[in-house]
Amino acid sequence: MLAFAIRRVIEAAVVMLTVALLAFVLFRFVGDPVNQMVGQDTPLEDRIRIRQELGLDDPVPVQLGRFLWGAVRFDFGISYQVKQPVAALIAERFPATIELALAAAVFAVVLGIPMGVYTGIHRDSWLSKIFLTISLIGISLPTFLIGILLIYLFAVKLGVLPSFGRGEVVAIGFWRTGLLTASGLKALILPAITLGLFQMTLVTRLVRSEMLEVLRTDYIRFARARGLASRAIHFGHALKNTLVPVITIIGLQVGALIAFAIITETVFQWPGMGLLFIQSVQNADIPVMAAYLMMVALLFVLINFIVDLLYVAVDPRIRILGGAS
Amino acid sequence: MEIDAGDEDGSAAADDTGFLARVRDNDLLHSFLRNRLVVVAAAVTLTFVLLSVLAPWIAPHDPYDVRTLSLLDSHTPPAWEQGGDPRFLLGTDDQGRDILSTILFGARISIAIGILSVLLAMGIGVSLGLIAGYFGGPADTVIMRIADVQLTFPAILTALLIDGVARVMLGAHQSAGGEFWILVVAIGLSYWVQYARTVRGVTLVERNKEYVQAARLIGLGPFKIMFAQVLPNVMSPVLVIATINLALAVLTEATLSFLGVGLPPTEPSLGTLIRIGNNFLMSGEYWIVIFPGIALAALVLAVNLVGDWLRDALNPKLR
Repeated sequence: MLAFAIRRVIEAAVVMLTVALLAFVLFRFVGDPVNQMVGQDTPLEDRIRIRQELGLDDPVPVQLGRFLWGAVRFDFGISYQVKQPVAALIAERFPATIELALAAAVFAVVLGIPMGVYTGIHRDSWLSKIFLTISLIGISLPTFLIGILLIYLFAVKLGVLPSFGRGEVVAIGFWRTGLLTASGLKALILPAITLGLFQMTLVTRLVRSEMLEVLRTDYIRFARARGLASRAIHFGHALKNTLVPVITIIGLQVGALIAFAIITETVFQWPGMGLLFIQSVQNADIPVMAAYLMMVALLFVLINFIVDLLYVAVDPRIRILGGAS
Repeated sequence: MEIDAGDEDGSAAADDTGFLARVRDNDLLHSFLRNRLVVVAAAVTLTFVLLSVLAPWIAPHDPYDVRTLSLLDSHTPPAWEQGGDPRFLLGTDDQGRDILSTILFGARISIAIGILSVLLAMGIGVSLGLIAGYFGGPADTVIMRIADVQLTFPAILTALLIDGVARVMLGAHQSAGGEFWILVVAIGLSYWVQYARTVRGVTLVERNKEYVQAARLIGLGPFKIMFAQVLPNVMSPVLVIATINLALAVLTEATLSFLGVGLPPTEPSLGTLIRIGNNFLMSGEYWIVIFPGIALAALVLAVNLVGDWLRDALNPKLR
C-alpha cells in the first residue's frame, strides 16, 4: 500500500512538472509578454525597462526557476487583459465553479443511482425504456445544445428560471456562495442539470449493467432461497456490491465536470473559472491560461490520486497486485 | 499439368460468382443489413456527406453572396409558421440568410474539419503506436508516458489549449482561413492517444509472429516491415476508433466554435451557427439556433451508431 502510494506520488509529481514546463514555455515563448502589456505607442526605453523589471533578460533556467517558485506559491503575475493579479482573479471565480460542479455531481448521483437500480431490476418495463431513452439523449446531445434547449424551455417559454448568472451571492470569508439565497439556488438548477446530465446517464448505465451482473450471481440466488424480501436483496446485497466501480467513475468524473464546466459556464454566463479561461483564450491572455492549466492539472492529479487510493483500499484484489509489483 | 489446369478452371469458376457471392456471404454486410437502426444511421451519415459535398449546387441560396441578401428578409420564421416565406423553408437569420442553406454550408465545413482532423490524429497515433510497439525500449517508454500525461486531461481541454496557443502564435485574427487549419491541428493533436495505445498493443503481438520474422529474414528494414507488413493487420481496430473519433471531432469542432474560439461568423460551421443563433433565443426566434442544433445532433448520433455497430461487428468475441 505504502509503496503503491509513493509510486503514485512520484508519477503525479512528474505530471505536474511536465505541465509546469508546458505552462512556462507558453508564458515565455508564445507571443511577447511586453508587447501584450503595453500600448502601441509606448517608447522603446519603457519597453526595455519593463523587460528588465519582469526579468525577461535573465537566462532561461533562472526564469524557469522563478516561474516554478511562483507556481508553488500560486503567483502567476498580472493578467494582460484586466491588469489584475491572476491568483486573485482565479480565487474570485473558484467558488462558483466548485459549487456548480458539486451540484452537478449531486444531481448525477441522486438521480442516476435510483434510475440505474430501477432499470436493472425491471428490465422490460416501459419506465425503464423511458429512462434509457433519456440517457441516450444525454449521451448524444452536445452539452451546449442541452443548455440552450433548457434555456429555451424554462427561461423563454415558461419563464420560471433565470437563463444566466448566479443570482444573489453571500460572502462567507473569501468564499462567495450562491447556495444560501433563493435566487442563487434557482440560478443553479439549469446549469447543474446541463453539466450533470452526461454524468447522470453514465451513472445510470453503469449501475444498471452492474446490477444485471450482480443479480445473476449465486449469493443473490441464495439470498432469494433464504426467503429474504426483494427489497433487502436489491438494496442490502446487490446495490452495495455495485458501488465500487460507481465510486471510481464518479471520482474520475469530478475532473471532467470541472473541465466541461467551461462550456456550461459559457452558455449560462456563469462567472466561474471556465468562463475566465475561455475569455483568456479569446484574448490571448497567457498568464491566465497558464494559471488555469496548472490549477486544473493539480485538481486532476489530486482526484486521480485519491480515487486510486480509495480503489485500492476498497478492493482487496488490487491491493495484492499492488503489493507484489 | 492436367490437374493444374483443372485447378485453374475451378478457381476461375469460383471467381465468376466470386465477387457477388463474397459480398452476399460477407459477415459484415449480413450483420449490417440485419440491424435496421444502423442502416438508417448509415443512410443519414451518407446523406449528410452528400449534401455537404454538393452544398454549392443544391443549396436554395448562396448565404455568403452578399448581393443576394436582403435585410428585408431577415428574421423570417420557418415556412409553416405565420409570417413564413416559402422561399425560406427553415426561416432566415438576422442578416436575411436562408437557414437551410447556412446549415448545408456549415455541415460542409464541420465534416471537412472532422475528416481532416481524424486523418491527422490517425496518422500520428498509428505511426507512434507502431514505433512504440515494434521497437519497444526507450521509444516505447517516452511515447507511452506522453500519452499517459495527455490522457490525464479531457481532449476538449487539450484542443482548447492548442487552439489558444496557435491563435497567439499565428495571429489567426488577421489571416483568413487560418482558423480552419488551426482547428484541424488542435483537434487532431487531441485525439491521437487512443490510436497509439491500440496499435501499440496489437503490434506487440504481431511483431513476434512468423511473417514478421520472415520479413526480417529477407532483409526488409524496420519501417518497411511496420508500415507494409504489420499495418494492414492492425487496421480493423483503427477503423473502429476512426469512426467514433469522427463523431467526437465534429462535436469538438462545434464546441470550440460555439465557445467563440473556432470558426468566425464569416465562415460558419454548425457550431458557429448555433453560437450566432443563441443570441436570438431570448426573443423567441428559436429557428436560428434549433435547426443547426438538430442537424449537428443528428449527424453526431448517426456516426456514433455506425461506429458502435462497427465495433461490435468487428469484435470476434461478440460474434
